[in-house]
Amino acid sequence: MKKLTTTALGTVIALAASMSAAQAEKLTLYCSAQEEWCQLMARGFEDATGIDVNMTRKSSGETFAQIRAESSNPKGDVWWGGTGDPHLQAAEEGLTMEYVSPMRGELHDWAISQAESAGNRTIGIYSGALGYGYNTDLLAANNLPEPACWKDLLKPEYKGHVQMANPNSSGTAYTTLASMVQIFGEDEGFDFMKGLHANINQYTKSGSAPIKAAGRGESTIGIVFMHDAVAQAVAGFPIKVVAPCEGTGYEIGSMSIIDGARNEDEAKAFYDWALSADAQNLALQVNAFQVPSNKGAQTSDSAPDMSTIKLINYDFKKYGSSDERKRLLQKWDEDVSTLPQ
Amino acid sequence: MRASTTDKTTHPALIFWIVAGWVGYCLLPWYMVEDGLWSFEWLFGGYPFDADYAPAAFLIGQGEKIWLAPLLIPLTLPILVLGRVKSDPLYSGILILSGALGFGWLIAQGFSIGIRGFNYDWLASLFGDIRLRQFGMGYGAMICASAFLFLLTQGIAARGAINGDVFVVSAIGGVITIVTAFVFFPIAKMLFAAFVTEDGAYSISVFFAKFFDDRLWGLGCLWGARCGAAWNSLFLAIMVGFITTALGLAFALVVTRSGFRYKRALRALTVLPIITPPFVIGLALILLFGLSGTVTQYFAELFGMQPTRWLYGMPGVLIAQTLAFTPIAFLVLIGVVEGVSPSMEEAAQTLRANRWQTFKTVSLPLMRPGLANAFLLGFIESMADFGNPLVLGGNFDVLSTEIFFAIVGAQYDQGRAAVLAIVLLFFTLSAFYAQRMWLGKKSYTTVTGKGDSGVHPLMPNGLAIPVMIVALGWALFTAAVYAMIIYGSVVELWGVNNSLTFKHYVTAFSVRFEEEGIRWTGAAWDSFWTTITIAAIAAPLTAAVGLVTAYLLTRQSFAGKNAFEFGTMLSFAIPGTVIGVSYILAFNVPPIEITGTGVILVISFIFRNMPVGVRAGIASMSQLDRSLDESSLTLGANSWQTFRRIILPLLRPAILAALVYSFVRAMTAISAVIFLVSAEYDMATSYIIGRVENNDYGLAIAYSTTLIFVMLAAVGLLQLLVGRVQIGRRMSQSRTTSQEEPT
Repeated sequence: MKKLTTTALGTVIALAASMSAAQAEKLTLYCSAQEEWCQLMARGFEDATGIDVNMTRKSSGETFAQIRAESSNPKGDVWWGGTGDPHLQAAEEGLTMEYVSPMRGELHDWAISQAESAGNRTIGIYSGALGYGYNTDLLAANNLPEPACWKDLLKPEYKGHVQMANPNSSGTAYTTLASMVQIFGEDEGFDFMKGLHANINQYTKSGSAPIKAAGRGESTIGIVFMHDAVAQAVAGFPIKVVAPCEGTGYEIGSMSIIDGARNEDEAKAFYDWALSADAQNLALQVNAFQVPSNKGAQTSDSAPDMSTIKLINYDFKKYGSSDERKRLLQKWDEDVSTLPQ
Repeated sequence: MRASTTDKTTHPALIFWIVAGWVGYCLLPWYMVEDGLWSFEWLFGGYPFDADYAPAAFLIGQGEKIWLAPLLIPLTLPILVLGRVKSDPLYSGILILSGALGFGWLIAQGFSIGIRGFNYDWLASLFGDIRLRQFGMGYGAMICASAFLFLLTQGIAARGAINGDVFVVSAIGGVITIVTAFVFFPIAKMLFAAFVTEDGAYSISVFFAKFFDDRLWGLGCLWGARCGAAWNSLFLAIMVGFITTALGLAFALVVTRSGFRYKRALRALTVLPIITPPFVIGLALILLFGLSGTVTQYFAELFGMQPTRWLYGMPGVLIAQTLAFTPIAFLVLIGVVEGVSPSMEEAAQTLRANRWQTFKTVSLPLMRPGLANAFLLGFIESMADFGNPLVLGGNFDVLSTEIFFAIVGAQYDQGRAAVLAIVLLFFTLSAFYAQRMWLGKKSYTTVTGKGDSGVHPLMPNGLAIPVMIVALGWALFTAAVYAMIIYGSVVELWGVNNSLTFKHYVTAFSVRFEEEGIRWTGAAWDSFWTTITIAAIAAPLTAAVGLVTAYLLTRQSFAGKNAFEFGTMLSFAIPGTVIGVSYILAFNVPPIEITGTGVILVISFIFRNMPVGVRAGIASMSQLDRSLDESSLTLGANSWQTFRRIILPLLRPAILAALVYSFVRAMTAISAVIFLVSAEYDMATSYIIGRVENNDYGLAIAYSTTLIFVMLAAVGLLQLLVGRVQIGRRMSQSRTTSQEEPT
């Protein structure tokens, strides 16, 4: 209904403008963050520029699939949000466009190094560290010790209490796998995954599902990005967030302009706007606890304090490449997932 | 001679389609207008010279898209025959020639030249690498294509096919074309995708590598590891088929052959699963039986047991699917159980069979077609079900979810999705075939024209008691689950904070009254209106296509009718996920480029739900005596007039059934929809999936509950609108309910 009125209105305005060929500016945004944040970004950009935004929210895997399927006839203009790996992969396949934004001076180094490792086809917009969270009620009810390190999760008493996503279907879980390989070395990292496999009660399809299950009390421990765990705790679920003692990997949420975008100028306008401090401050309104890439943007008090977390030197270039990814996933498929639990 | 028949040679239909062809060619934008089918901004955006909006004639005038020029020949030719009579061989010959030529050329150029120039290397090497490109067909091309198609059918009719009946030939041609375009073409495209390697070449070994995958056919569950998705799906579907058939039979027996009082309440149960959005049952089960579910906690405390996650996996999916599909089996079986002729049972009893023997040797065997149908429905629904395994599956992978994650997951493997889809399709089609084989050629006719005023005997007691217990127990369980759904929509945060609130309804459906009118501020309105609009557009189209097809199948005979029937029923056996995947593959590129629009949703609904319209139409049409048509034809009406004024009014129950079913299915479908929604056209179900993913159960359930009530209202409204059949019968004798109830 609303759409119909807008169209009718648009027609009238177009008539009034005495058939000028100028069309209303518009932008198709593919968004891979949570719904509220996506809505807020779309409306915020409309308010800031007057450009109409059409927004679709899908997970980063789904969006990547869609961009790839549409590659011969791109429908989207900008892809904002979601973990960096699919963005890097899209860059590797030439699905996204090179663009050097004038906003770069305001960004953290990690955001720019993300761009440089992809030939400037993508850029970091936020980052978040990997970790896990547990349901305090369930932990107490089962008389389990409080875990603090990655290796704690291998203890036999946690059998059937740990949940993580399937690395084949989730970027979060792939980051977990790649982080373990980088923290412990490849052999020991896979031994860790095998040990963990024995305690896993379910490999979920979506990356943040494990902590949501823990929040609802359907599982005890969920391996996820820490900001997702914080969001559950803030929503009122009995969740405690853990930054593992051995150190941990992290993701860089990214943004890319789709190659062959139909509204390229608007896409660049969005890109620059999304890197500004004002745009990144919107995250605070929707309980998104990632660390923004603009140095001037604010961080929430509830957000995990990145300065106290031991971050590893995550090699995005190597572990984001599709060859390495395929190799690790295949190894995980063959050596880990087939083991009896 | 020709002069004497001038008034018979005006051929209004022919003139109409010739004009339509020229309008499509010279006046309407040839290519898809990017802003959407219903927006008319193009009228002011540089039309008719702007290349995006120009009609074909203007494009050629500017020296572009010259490959459209040959279409002028088949457009001009039919004008030559305007003065001729139909029986003139030149008339039919020229129409067939121009129709076939135009249609064929349209298709050939559409497939050869795509967005990036020539689609085939041999064409590029033949003509050189010139810069050619074109987008998907728009109004102009579509109307031109229809014009050519109907010129062709008029030519064929003029040759004497189907007694020269233009309407029937055109209807057959139309249905064949759209079924080919929207069922066979995408499925074929998907089958090909299974053989494509990563570099885009075709190879049979790729198919086998993906087909003989351990994740598909592994039998690890026999020794503690995991089984492949194919076995899981098959095993689950067989179980669900058996259990729902057994439960459905129990319900049907209670309703027809027992002294149970509240039969109406049991019948009302049948409506529930049809109007229940996906996930809802799964969510309610989690809230009841999950690790922190109400029931689990209660029993854990009562017996001091450790709660477990038993629900996640096969048991949960099985329970959810049984809840969802038992009423469908009941719906199928009740007709059959009622239809078994009491005279046969009475005859058996007269021959001194006791009640148990009668039931076992007479009643039960006569129910075989119903049992087979119910099993088949349960089997197919379970195979195609997407929502329940997604929510409750745990580590229990089934084909439908695997297909989804092969496409959207990080692995992104369309080939694998296509292979999985083929396996799924193979299972459902085999079940379809097996059912036909099992029923064989035996006669199950029990409803004859002769008076049959007997009364069904009651069930034998040994059977009645367990059947009653099972049926009532299950009915109570269903009621409890639905009560949970309503309760779940009004609590703050399930399990954490159980205080009652309307918060979720407010978030989803709040409105603000301002000076300019109502502002729909709720989060759900956008997807809600889109869903209603799409469902409202799709429903009448589905009913129309379905009924026309049914008319052709029951009233006309033509060569290839069996293949035609198979084609129209095929989309019923194809699970939604398969349709979704194949539509993406087929319709993202020209000539038919409709992904990301509302049109693709409407079309997918039409072809998903058409078989129901066809079946309902066939069932009611076979009850109408042919003498009605014949008398109409004898009185000088043509077959279109007969269809519109005689048959259509008598088909109201079938129309209602098709309308209701397709409307409701369009609102609750998820498996195909999830692939086809876009920024502008987000559907309610895909919005709900997003809320579920986000742990926002309250909002998801509140939205679903609202949908349930909206659909109930819509069903009632449709019933009012379409009205009831007025058959001049004395109503005193019997309440002819079977005619009036929508099924």
